[in-house]
Amino acid sequence: MSAPAPSPDLARARGRADGIPAALVGLVAVTAGCLWALGAVHRPDLAGQAPAWFWGTIVALWLAAWWVTDRLAKAVPPTPGARRVLDLMVPLLFGAFLIFLWEIVTVGAGVPMVLMPPPSAIGARLAQSLPTLAEDFGQTVLRAVIPGWALGSGLGIAIALLCDRVPFLRRGLMPIGNFVSALPMIGIAPIMVMWFGFDWQSKVAVVVVMTFFPALVNTVAGLSASGALERDLMRSYAADWATTLLKLRLPSAMPFVFNALKINSTLALIGAIVAEFFGTPILGMGFRISTEVGRMSLDMVWAEIAVAAVTGSVFYGLLALAERRVTFWHPSYRRR
Amino acid sequence: MTTEAALPSGPARSGARGGGRTVSAVLFGGRTGPVLVIVAAILALWYAACLPMNAGLPSMPTEGDLATRYQAAWALERPVLPSPHQILMELRVSTCGRLPSDQPFWSAFFSCEIRWTPRNLLFHAWTTLSSTLVGFLMGGLLGIVLAVLIVHMKTLEKSLMPWIIASQTVPILAVAPIVIVVLGSLGITGLLPKSIISAYLCFFPVTIGMVKGLTSPHPIDLDLMRTYDASVWATFWKLRWPAALPFLFASLKVAIAISLVGAIVGELPTGAQAGLGARLLTGSYYGQTVQIWAALIAAAALAALAVAAVGLAERITVAALGGRR
Amino acid sequence: MVEAARAKTVPAPAGDGATGIAADRAKAAAPVVTARGLSLTFQTNDGPVYALKDVDLDIAAGEFVSLIGPSGCGKTTLLRVIADLEQATAGTIRVNGLDPDAARRQRQYGYVFQAPGLFPWRTVEKNVMLPLEIFGLPAAERRARAAKNLELVNLKGFEKKYPWQLSGGMQQRASIARALSFDPALLLMDEPFGALDEIVRDKLNGQLLALWAATGKTVVFVTHSIPEAVFLSTKIVVMSPRPGRIIDVIDCDFPRDRTLDIRETPEFLAVAHRVREGLRAGHSYDD
Repeated sequence: MSAPAPSPDLARARGRADGIPAALVGLVAVTAGCLWALGAVHRPDLAGQAPAWFWGTIVALWLAAWWVTDRLAKAVPPTPGARRVLDLMVPLLFGAFLIFLWEIVTVGAGVPMVLMPPPSAIGARLAQSLPTLAEDFGQTVLRAVIPGWALGSGLGIAIALLCDRVPFLRRGLMPIGNFVSALPMIGIAPIMVMWFGFDWQSKVAVVVVMTFFPALVNTVAGLSASGALERDLMRSYAADWATTLLKLRLPSAMPFVFNALKINSTLALIGAIVAEFFGTPILGMGFRISTEVGRMSLDMVWAEIAVAAVTGSVFYGLLALAERRVTFWHPSYRRR
Repeated sequence: MTTEAALPSGPARSGARGGGRTVSAVLFGGRTGPVLVIVAAILALWYAACLPMNAGLPSMPTEGDLATRYQAAWALERPVLPSPHQILMELRVSTCGRLPSDQPFWSAFFSCEIRWTPRNLLFHAWTTLSSTLVGFLMGGLLGIVLAVLIVHMKTLEKSLMPWIIASQTVPILAVAPIVIVVLGSLGITGLLPKSIISAYLCFFPVTIGMVKGLTSPHPIDLDLMRTYDASVWATFWKLRWPAALPFLFASLKVAIAISLVGAIVGELPTGAQAGLGARLLTGSYYGQTVQIWAALIAAAALAALAVAAVGLAERITVAALGGRR
Repeated sequence: MVEAARAKTVPAPAGDGATGIAADRAKAAAPVVTARGLSLTFQTNDGPVYALKDVDLDIAAGEFVSLIGPSGCGKTTLLRVIADLEQATAGTIRVNGLDPDAARRQRQYGYVFQAPGLFPWRTVEKNVMLPLEIFGLPAAERRARAAKNLELVNLKGFEKKYPWQLSGGMQQRASIARALSFDPALLLMDEPFGALDEIVRDKLNGQLLALWAATGKTVVFVTHSIPEAVFLSTKIVVMSPRPGRIIDVIDCDFPRDRTLDIRETPEFLAVAHRVREGLRAGHSYDD
């Protein structure tokens, strides 16, 4: 396909779109260079003893990659679609290049596996240990994180509604809730393990306690987020508490509730994983991380962390999607 | 007829009703009253729960009336749920040593002689606090520097910022054991690895808060600086930095709280040498519930102190800037 | 012309005084609002603020009454007392012969605020149907009334839009449709066009006048614009601040089908002059 070269005037009129073709050519070159380096660094004569000229090439590749990223980041794409592609492409390329550097440095300099395994080894380990990883995922995420997150957040929202109904509770619980939100709640993990045993029940308990307060505090804040004018309007309709809640205050609290749900998704994963450091049956992501670290098989630890990272991102991403659908009206999402 | 939402509308009419303040009005209507009532309720519930929670223990008497059974439940060596005064006593004993027996109880309770040994809870608290603070300083500075770079370099904004946001969704604490073990095998132990975990945890909120803060000036303000032909440097110090300060302090409060979490979790994989995290872990190994609770209270106190300190710094700064906000 | 909305399905039957307003405006002498010695004092940290002091006011059915005065003169507070959004600290007030609280519970008035106050998560149509949902009208009836009232304010075709997709003037028109949707005999409007530009405001004033002529509702209208008050009203109540009280009540008997052109006539200017004099007197009294 031959892209017709835009006339200089037109390119100027479109902004800095003229930078894009050059950057794309550079991108192809850098990619080719990276692929070559990836192949070369695993050759026996290079791995662990890469000579100076190889590192020089890598530095050159780095500079070239920076130039390409710089060009792409500053380019003003001609269409909104192209801009979306660029906005996605730049960070992806950046991340890919970081992983490339990780691989090259660990393999080329012969970094011992017990210090920092290369991504290729982590990937291989991940592919090999899929059944184990899946079991750990089931134990930690499906049995502890998700039930605990749902229970803790739901309880927090429910108590927030109660606080809304009973002003005494609000005045009494809110300062405590705000205070507790700043505490290292993860510390209750050993107590919960003692109370509820080694299995998933104690992890659920930890997650419930950790997610309860953010849900409570955010929901209460959200319930007072509706404007005075809107509340006067409901009053002029002589609307009762339930109607006002349903028609006005819950909808306007939704951005706050989703904020809590998103914060809680991360907290829940952290809570369940760290609670497993205090004792589990021979299963679970936190258990695997702590034991494999003890056995110095860091590739397995990294594989587990990769699973945790993907889980966290997907969990968060799904919530963000739901938020976008529910609070489409919020100024940050509006499209005319 | 329907009940109505009791919502405040219009200006507050404080004192409109006037009259004497009854006891119930103070307890249920004021600001601190309800908090005290709730705290008292929690304590009462706690004491009440001690018996059912501990009833299954072999050391509990199965006979006798409720009073003696409760007394036993509140004084167990290794209870499932220790009573609040047991925890208070543990805090006293683990910081100031055993009570001297030759004095009346209360004067003995408050006479304190601190021995700086690894058995002292204050020693562990200080261990955790020092790595928390070092990590907080490193992470805070890193966060600010990154934010300044991101705001001024479009390439970084486009390439790095999405990753910083995405990494918020990842359970970063899971990496803590690796940091400890890898640095340990390189011969780096003690305070630094824990501080690195803390720094790693707390630079994220600072970066994100500061990027928000540094870009918070209104376009009109930036245009004004342009009409003065102000340099990037001048725009930064005269406009962006002051505008970012409220955001900075808000994110520093979050940062120091999770810096403490990082330090505590960082103390877990090293096999429990020193620090509040170590106390939690040994307590959990040996079933020393009272010790766990005492460490937990100490951690809570540290968190409250640290957040309050940041709050104080915020007030001083805001006052120095003319008390805006 | 648009047919007056006379549907009888509004859930709360109006009080004794409120029926048959449109039937015969000429002898519509039954008072819709009566205030006697009305006072409202806010206690603030800087001492008491006298928002209203000894206000006596009668509003008859079918009238278009404007409350005018500088900001802080209590005109909005008076409207809010009529609506039971604020409670007087002294004096009596009756709305359709009822306590304001009872009148509000019977949904006897529609209130239009300074800002549209439309819920951003509801479409324009759903916003208009909001009070009808709260009052428990059946769905078909709700839809019919929303359609009718949106047409009344010239918003036909925008039913499925969200409020933030409309201009400020359209949003305010939607909020008027919302207030009209349950056909209250009394319309309370608090500077509804204050945030709009002059041109849009003129246009909406014309439309409001037509609406009032067609429906025969009683309107209480807060404004700080002299031309707006004189153009719209049958009666102008001039107020002054600190303490908020009534200085002058001016009758204004231009024909009901007046157009914007009357603002150039000597009669119009004379009334406007008297309003201005009243406002000035109120001020000198205070300063």
